[in-house]
Amino acid sequence: MATPAPAARPNDLMGLSEEEYGRVLAILGRAPSLTELGVFSVMWSEHCSYKSSKKWLRQLPTKRPWVIHGPGENAGVVDIGDGLAAIFKMESHNHPSFIEPYQGAATGVGGILRDVFTMGARPIANLNALRFGDPSHPKTRHLVAGVVAGIGGYGNCVGVPTVGGETNFHASYNGNCLVNAMTVGLAPADRIFYSKAAGPGNPVVYLGAKTGRDGIHGATMASAEFDQNSEEKRPTVQVGDPFTEKLLIEACLELMATDAIVAIQDMGAAGLTSSSVEMAGKGGLGIELDLDKVPMREPGMTAYEIMLSESQERMLMVLKPDREDVARKIFDKYELDCITIGRLTTTGNLVVKRGGKVEADMPIQPISAQAPEYDRPWTAAPRKQPLAPASVPAHDPAAALKALMACPDLASKSWIWGQYDYLVRGHTVQQPGGDAAVVRLPGSGKGLALVVDCTPRYCAADPEAGGAQAVAETWRNLTAVGATPLAITDNMNFGNPERPEIMGQFVGCIAGMRAACTALDYPVVSGNVSLYNETQGQAILPAPVIGGVGLLDDVTRTIDLSLKGPDEAIVLIGDTAGWLGQSLYVRELCGRDTVPAADSAPPPVDLAAEKRNGDFVRAAIARRQVTACHDVSDGGLLVAVAEMALAGGRGFDLKPAAADVPLHAWLFGEDQARYVVTTSDAAALLKAASTAGVPARVIGRTLASRDLTLDGRLLISLHDLRVAHEGWLPAYMAQGL
Amino acid sequence: MKSAVIVFPGSNRETDVADAIERASGHRPIMVWHRDSELPDVDLIVLPGGFSYGDYLRTGAIAARAPIMQEVVRRADRGTAVLGICNGFQILCESGLLPGILLRNASLKFVCRYVGLKVETSQSLFTHRYQAGEVLSVPVAHGDGNYFADPATLDRLESEGRVAFRYCSMQGDLTPEANPNGSARNIAGIFNPTKNVLGLMPHPENATDELLGSISGKALFDGLVDSLA
Repeated sequence: MATPAPAARPNDLMGLSEEEYGRVLAILGRAPSLTELGVFSVMWSEHCSYKSSKKWLRQLPTKRPWVIHGPGENAGVVDIGDGLAAIFKMESHNHPSFIEPYQGAATGVGGILRDVFTMGARPIANLNALRFGDPSHPKTRHLVAGVVAGIGGYGNCVGVPTVGGETNFHASYNGNCLVNAMTVGLAPADRIFYSKAAGPGNPVVYLGAKTGRDGIHGATMASAEFDQNSEEKRPTVQVGDPFTEKLLIEACLELMATDAIVAIQDMGAAGLTSSSVEMAGKGGLGIELDLDKVPMREPGMTAYEIMLSESQERMLMVLKPDREDVARKIFDKYELDCITIGRLTTTGNLVVKRGGKVEADMPIQPISAQAPEYDRPWTAAPRKQPLAPASVPAHDPAAALKALMACPDLASKSWIWGQYDYLVRGHTVQQPGGDAAVVRLPGSGKGLALVVDCTPRYCAADPEAGGAQAVAETWRNLTAVGATPLAITDNMNFGNPERPEIMGQFVGCIAGMRAACTALDYPVVSGNVSLYNETQGQAILPAPVIGGVGLLDDVTRTIDLSLKGPDEAIVLIGDTAGWLGQSLYVRELCGRDTVPAADSAPPPVDLAAEKRNGDFVRAAIARRQVTACHDVSDGGLLVAVAEMALAGGRGFDLKPAAADVPLHAWLFGEDQARYVVTTSDAAALLKAASTAGVPARVIGRTLASRDLTLDGRLLISLHDLRVAHEGWLPAYMAQGL
Repeated sequence: MKSAVIVFPGSNRETDVADAIERASGHRPIMVWHRDSELPDVDLIVLPGGFSYGDYLRTGAIAARAPIMQEVVRRADRGTAVLGICNGFQILCESGLLPGILLRNASLKFVCRYVGLKVETSQSLFTHRYQAGEVLSVPVAHGDGNYFADPATLDRLESEGRVAFRYCSMQGDLTPEANPNGSARNIAGIFNPTKNVLGLMPHPENATDELLGSISGKALFDGLVDSLA
């Protein structure tokens, strides 16, 4: 076979460093062709190779008896009993969403859906974590509108409910918004599909939409910083077609019910390149592709363009040799392309032909085995000092509460989730707006609890505490709805790893996550890394976003945060020292942004207390000893109880602070490992807590009225609070019209 | 009661409505793919919610021209009960079985929320288990639910008792705030002249289970079983 014609030493190394280009020469023993260079470039991009993060990701705990498959596949797989598995992953689409928010966000949803159904799972829920710039920044409103419309436009059409999420605003995201999408699917535990190819001679089959020139080199774009010309990268953003995706889901699941498939992988980042290289590579085989057979949207596409296109809604699979007709019949029903474009071989090489010419002929194993891996220099963030409550002004609690509940980070996000179909499929037990979403598992009495969370300002101030806190908060959110937390997926969003202080944030966050996952018995089963989230040298606040999944054995035992009847005791679980460092109270009311300039330490995370308090709360919910539950996080205690009042349409009276904590620190401190619960039998609950060694105290009671009072003094009426809390985002978005 | 759910490419609430029918009748509906030429002999035909053909061109427009729809129209004309929910309502309007059209929501945004729904008449095989004037809590989830018809058509629908449901506050008031999409006269669902065809935008099939927040929609399916069993 002819060797592909080498290009001259290219001026543009397509994002590879000189050293990396040297590796290419060594592997091939010659200069690469244009197509070969393109393959190396995307496979060794940060996005596909994890070259800066691998060393650290390996330190995360990934194995527990209930983990069927951890990181390394398209998504993580967890055993949930009854012969069922939950399959889930979160992935970022930050760079495309900033450039073209609607399509960037829409294809982010499409991509993560494919990662999950490619493993044989029916997608049952979507979530998303969004971070935008300062609301006053001229681009922010446009990005919010476009991203939300894109997520809805895609998710609503494919018929997967979008059940939860979080949205933050901060100036560090002015030039790099974060769009992280998570999909959770359900599959029979003994019918999971993997990407490892087997059987030389077996047909390699292309499924789904046609290939066009969109998204070429998207993975490389996602591995570079933005500059002033980033808008010019719009042609590297893919365009989504949720209708085709819906058909692809149904067709793939129908085919997966037969015995035709050997291996399957979606064409995500780096498209046909990564899917073919990864499938053959995992099987230790070669693969030969005839690109003339690839269904194309436009004529005249070169081998380079076809291999690097990131056109959406496409899958690649290896079939058993005599099953091509089975697949073709199913795909005909859905009017989707299903074309054999190549064969597995024993050569160990990727061979790509176009117009009868060999355009690439390169060994597959070295692409992963000799991929660059960096141990980048890092510096730990300087230690911050705790913030003494006495040094923080004590504002009027009523005014502070109203201001906090209407601040961008705490204001109601119903303007966002009201544009998502969170009900389709008819199994959404807990809707957006609570601690965690709960989705019933059809045909079983069980339910899954789902949540995404992260507190970037904590991570910036103390990466290790912040990483631990992000894990612990999702664990708490799942616990608060009565679920047993099972496992997480992570989405690591950071700046340029070539800067030691950014790498230090990454290393610190991983250390904190590792500690929390270990202590809480809550392993990592999948994840994604997004680096270079910087514009003109300005890095984002680090955001290791955690997606948590928990199990309810009896879904009817779940509880929500809404205050139920009058005259119930409100009980605080967990200790309160009044920790104001990095709190929203300080940021929103004391006139200084706590990050990155301010120097206070975020609340410490006591993992033993988290475990003890959470296990106690979960057991109390299972015993039906509490009527409502909410975790205490952003904004502190008073905000948590106010959120419960809004959800229940009912007022409360809180007692004054503990004697040893100043009132403003008591009400607004963000101490961790705390929950607010309500009960009609406080004595029994306190007794159980005391037996379990868990701090618990009655801090107030629910009222028959709709007033929020502190020691009998009116703070605010529920109506006024609701207007402030629910009014901010719609009013903000309306200003753009 | 024997029933069939027509599944178009892009339908996505076919299992929701099939589950609701099965809970009410004890029988699973037959799922009929849009390219199937045969429509089995059934008492009830359902056009489910979703995004048939991706909502490309115009919502419901392509589905209304699918071969299977000719048979649906024929059966409807012969008196078979036909229920179109959300995208199914849009298809019924596009196929001419119901008058008017569903436009983009007045907000220009997709809307998913529970709405108050006033039962306008109990005089139909779909609504006889309700009291006229009763207020239901049922979710909507659509981007194109803004019902539009010329005033003469609206007057005729009202005078002939063919308005099935209107959006209302939970107190039963027909306010603009209670109208999630800008529909003319707060109309949420209508009948054909013989009242064997009902199209509505809200999702009664998602309000048939206490655990999920509302059972307001259950009486519609129970009522169909009474009428058609």
